[in-house]
Amino acid sequence: MLENALKGSPKYWGWIGVLMIVIVAGFLFYLRQVEFGLGITGMSRDVNWGFYIAQFTFLVGIAASAVMVVLPYYLHNYIVFGKITILGEFLAISSVVTCILFVTVDLGQPQRAINIILYPSPRSMLFWDMVVLIGYFLLNVVISRVTLDAEGKSISPPGWIRPVIYLSIPWAISIHTVTAFIYCGLGGRSFWLSAILAPRFLASAFASGPALLILLCLLVRKVTRFDPGKEPIQKLALIVTYAMTANVFFILLECFTTFYSGIPEHTIHFRYLFLGVAGADALTPWIWVSVVMGVAGLVLLLVPRLRENEPVLTISCLAVFISLWIDKGLSMVITGFVPSPLGEFTEYTPTIPELTISLGIYAIGALLLTGLFKIGVKVKEETNRPPVLVSKARSG
Amino acid sequence: MIVYDKEKIIPGIIIFLLLATLPFWYTFVGGQPSVVPEPQISGPATQCVEPKTYMRNSHTDLLNTWRNEVVRKGNRVYIASDGKEYRISLSNTCMDCHSNKTEFCDACHNYLQIVPDCWNCHIQPEESK
Amino acid sequence: MMSIGRREFLRIAGTCAVLGLPGIPTPPASAQPSTRFVAASGVRQAKQWAMVVDLDKLTEADRIICVETCHRVHNVPQIDNPRHEIRWIWAESFKRVFQEQTNEFIPSNLLKRAVLVFCNHCGNPPCTRVCPTQATWRREDGIVMMDWHRCIGCRYCMVACPYGSRSFNWQDPRPFIGMANQDFSTRTKGVVEKCTFCAERLDQGLRPACVESCPSGALVFGDLQDEHSEVRQLLASRFSIRRRPGLGTQPEVYYLI
Repeated sequence: MLENALKGSPKYWGWIGVLMIVIVAGFLFYLRQVEFGLGITGMSRDVNWGFYIAQFTFLVGIAASAVMVVLPYYLHNYIVFGKITILGEFLAISSVVTCILFVTVDLGQPQRAINIILYPSPRSMLFWDMVVLIGYFLLNVVISRVTLDAEGKSISPPGWIRPVIYLSIPWAISIHTVTAFIYCGLGGRSFWLSAILAPRFLASAFASGPALLILLCLLVRKVTRFDPGKEPIQKLALIVTYAMTANVFFILLECFTTFYSGIPEHTIHFRYLFLGVAGADALTPWIWVSVVMGVAGLVLLLVPRLRENEPVLTISCLAVFISLWIDKGLSMVITGFVPSPLGEFTEYTPTIPELTISLGIYAIGALLLTGLFKIGVKVKEETNRPPVLVSKARSG
Repeated sequence: MIVYDKEKIIPGIIIFLLLATLPFWYTFVGGQPSVVPEPQISGPATQCVEPKTYMRNSHTDLLNTWRNEVVRKGNRVYIASDGKEYRISLSNTCMDCHSNKTEFCDACHNYLQIVPDCWNCHIQPEESK
Repeated sequence: MMSIGRREFLRIAGTCAVLGLPGIPTPPASAQPSTRFVAASGVRQAKQWAMVVDLDKLTEADRIICVETCHRVHNVPQIDNPRHEIRWIWAESFKRVFQEQTNEFIPSNLLKRAVLVFCNHCGNPPCTRVCPTQATWRREDGIVMMDWHRCIGCRYCMVACPYGSRSFNWQDPRPFIGMANQDFSTRTKGVVEKCTFCAERLDQGLRPACVESCPSGALVFGDLQDEHSEVRQLLASRFSIRRRPGLGTQPEVYYLI
């Protein structure tokens, strides 16, 4: 099965080649970062976390979103998703790997990372995040391997995989909840100190993840002989619509609580983000682009005729994905630090080395995703049958 | 047991085993290595906090324990196995006697390509020529 | 006779490698000597260390001398780039330190008055709660301590601190240190550092460097659980405030107005 990733057309190898160049560039800049220190990034004494951790936060959401195809298919026998669950799981695997890489490059002493295991700290949310991410990775590797293997042989997967799949469902929710807990339990950071942060994370994850999955399915249909089908894509689009609606609603709820109560400690962060304060407004253009793209994408998704039109769907998914990337991958993390506890408006801009390293990590994720998708699509092309559901005992 | 490509596999395994065990038999065949590390002690005392054999084998363990006792438990005095008391400090107690890092610490460490990162933080005492 | 496929072979090889990873345990090279560790004699001890800062007494000279002494004694690097600055103790205006306490009618000379700020060594510290390796922890005597050997540089403690008391080494600090104090370490790039209430000086029976060097005596350090200590007497006789008390962190640095 694995050998399928090593056979491909010149275009396939061209794509791999481009990825490898980006990965090498990122790696070289990382060596420079190891040598000089994290000072080559744009982070500072006031903005302690920046682009790396923001990407980590966003990608945990993408990883968790696999549950949106796994849950209907395995828990409710929703056959329509049968063709694409494996793609969702592969996306989850690639996302988790990139998450762990982003956290690693953000560490000041990465060679000491083993200390998290040697000296476990159950009161720290970072400890639990590491535990649940590694667990989720292992779950998805096992599940995807076993189910794909069975499909390749046109047999039913072994019965023991069903409880493992069931476990992955709450586990997916947990990885993003724990990530939210990293932020929303800190009394000193009023921008994040909100019970709705975890639901917001989940809503934006379940909008951005399936949006990406739709785009990947459309791409797969274009470059391979495997067609996921119109129906799974439409159902995913429906999920994106509902999740994005919830996300926008949650943001408006936050705005209400903040501005109706008018507590300066809370409003100042929102005012910095949306309007800029005292000349500090680096994030303002970004957030408004995010708002416009998000609302536009949502409107396009809400109209059934436009949602069913696949070229329009491509645009709306792109718009939603980019909007949520800006929201979670940039503004949410940075705004928590501005202003600082002592009222300083220190702004943050990622540096070229920082961005190159990040691109290198994304390229590693894309490489992994490409290889896994190649394997999965090959199996689907060859068997070309509707997938067999897991347990025979449950049928009838 | 069927072994395919026997003519290539078995010589390959033998060559691999020879290369992998090189460190063990080389000295018998190639003679003693030309460089043997000889750390020089230039300090006042004639004896370290613990006997030489123990220090040579386990100075890393000792330093780790010292570190945890001082930083995490606040115990700055070490009562050695011979009952003598020492103030725990790498830069001050250890390096009082082993004052020339190049001649002592680095002699073995460089030979073995070990780069302990203690000196990133602990201040290396000035070496007297 | 056995013929196995490639996948089976890889599975067996992988399992053997994983099982063999811990390695064969080797017996210790030589016997462990019997040894003990004790605290140094003359150590200053307390049940709950605290600092009282008398804002009436604090002068401009104090600002400079206390900060300069602390940073010199602890080999704190002097970095000009404000983004990479490292501060264990520094002066901020009253308005910034006590944002929730100021109103427009307070005289401006009071609002601009310099306040010395440093780690509050909280009784309920959020920073120690979030550290994934316990490289920072709260000691029995109340000091929130740092273990620079264990810190992985994740900066979660900096994110969690509501007071901005912590600094990170964004680069190698050594080029930015003037005359190094040989009795104390420097730190290396990639670790977080902050005021430690001079734990190493307390172990020698000395008072913290800032307290010792403060010309006006505005900084007072002592044991809150000792009713006869100077800190208790000061707190009993004058009104005191703490930074962001509503967060429940129980800071142990008290400011006398």
